[in-house]
Amino acid sequence: MGSNSSESGATVALSEGLQGFTRDWSADKQTFQVPWGKAMMWIFLLSDTFIFACFLTSYMNVRMSTRVPWPNPSEVFALSFGGEPIPLILIAIMTFILITSSGTMALAVNYGYRQDRAKTAALMFITAAFGATFVGMQAFEWMKLIAEEGVRPWGNPMGAAQFGSSFFMITGFHGAHVSIGVIYLSVVALKVLKGDYEASGNYEIVEITGLYWHFVDLVWVFIFAFFYLW
Amino acid sequence: MTAEGHQEHPLSIYLWIWLLLFVLSTLSYLVDYIGFEGYLRWSLILIFMFAKAGFIIAIFMHMAWERIALIYAILGPPVLLLFLIGLMAVEGDHTLLTRINFFGETNFVAQEHVTEEGH
Repeated sequence: MGSNSSESGATVALSEGLQGFTRDWSADKQTFQVPWGKAMMWIFLLSDTFIFACFLTSYMNVRMSTRVPWPNPSEVFALSFGGEPIPLILIAIMTFILITSSGTMALAVNYGYRQDRAKTAALMFITAAFGATFVGMQAFEWMKLIAEEGVRPWGNPMGAAQFGSSFFMITGFHGAHVSIGVIYLSVVALKVLKGDYEASGNYEIVEITGLYWHFVDLVWVFIFAFFYLW
Repeated sequence: MTAEGHQEHPLSIYLWIWLLLFVLSTLSYLVDYIGFEGYLRWSLILIFMFAKAGFIIAIFMHMAWERIALIYAILGPPVLLLFLIGLMAVEGDHTLLTRINFFGETNFVAQEHVTEEGH
C-alpha cells in the first residue's frame, strides 16, 4: 500500500467492524496490526492507567470519608500578581502549557511520517521544553504549598489531613511521568536529528514517543478535573 | 512495517483539535472562576473532562484510526475501574457514617489561611 493509504485503510478497519475484530483475534497470527513497539506502548499505558486510577480512587475514598472539611483548591492554589489573588491561575497556566506541548508533539509525529527530520526534531525539542517548564512550575507550586501554606503529607492548617498526602502522591507521580517524558523525548529527538532513522525511513518511534506524551497530558486532564476543580 | 500502523493525516485536523482543547480547557477553568456549585459544577467538569480526554485519545493518539481489535483491548479493561470506584464510594460513605457515629461531627477549626494577602 502507498503512503496515502491510511485514510482508506481506516475506512476498511471501521467497516469491517466486529467481523474484522473476530478475524484479528482468531486468525492464529499477530492480533494487533501495528508495529510491536506501538502495541507494547499501548499495553504499558493501559497498566499506567490502572495505577493512576488507583491513586485517584483512593483520593476519592479519603475525601469522602473524612469528617473534616476538604481545603478549597480554588483558594489554596490561588496566586496573586500584586492585586487580588486569582483562583487556580497557576494550575490553569500549567494546563495550557501541557496542552500546547501535546499539540507540538502531534505535529512532530506528522512531520516524522513526512520524513522531515529537522522539523520533527525541532518540534520534539519544543515539546520537551514545554514539559520541563511544566515540571518547573510544579516545583514552584510544591515549594509554595510546603513553605508558605504549611501543607504536609500528614496535615495542613486548612482542613482535612488527607489533602496533603493525596496531593503529593498524585501530582508527584504525574510530575515524575512528565520528567521521564522530557528525557525520553530528548533522547528520541537527538536520534532523529542525527539521522538514525534515515536509512529505514521508519519514523514509527516518534509516534510511540508521542503516545506516551499524550498519555501524560491525558492523565493531567483527569487530575485537573478531580483534584483541582472538584 | 504494515501500512495499517502508518498514521498520516492532514495537518489541519491536528490544528483544529488543538484549538478545541484550548477552548475546552478555558471553559473548565471558567467553571471554577465563575464559581458554579453543586451538580451544575460537577456535571460541567465531567463533560469538559471527557470531551478533552476523548479528543486526545481519538485524534492525538490516533485511536479513531486503529482497528477494533486494538481499540477494545485498550479501552475495554478500564471499564472494570467503574467497579472499583463504585465499591470505594460505598466504603467511603460507610467510613464517614461510622466516624460521625463514634466521634461526632467535626471539631476542626481552620487556622488563619496564610497567603500573601492574608486572605
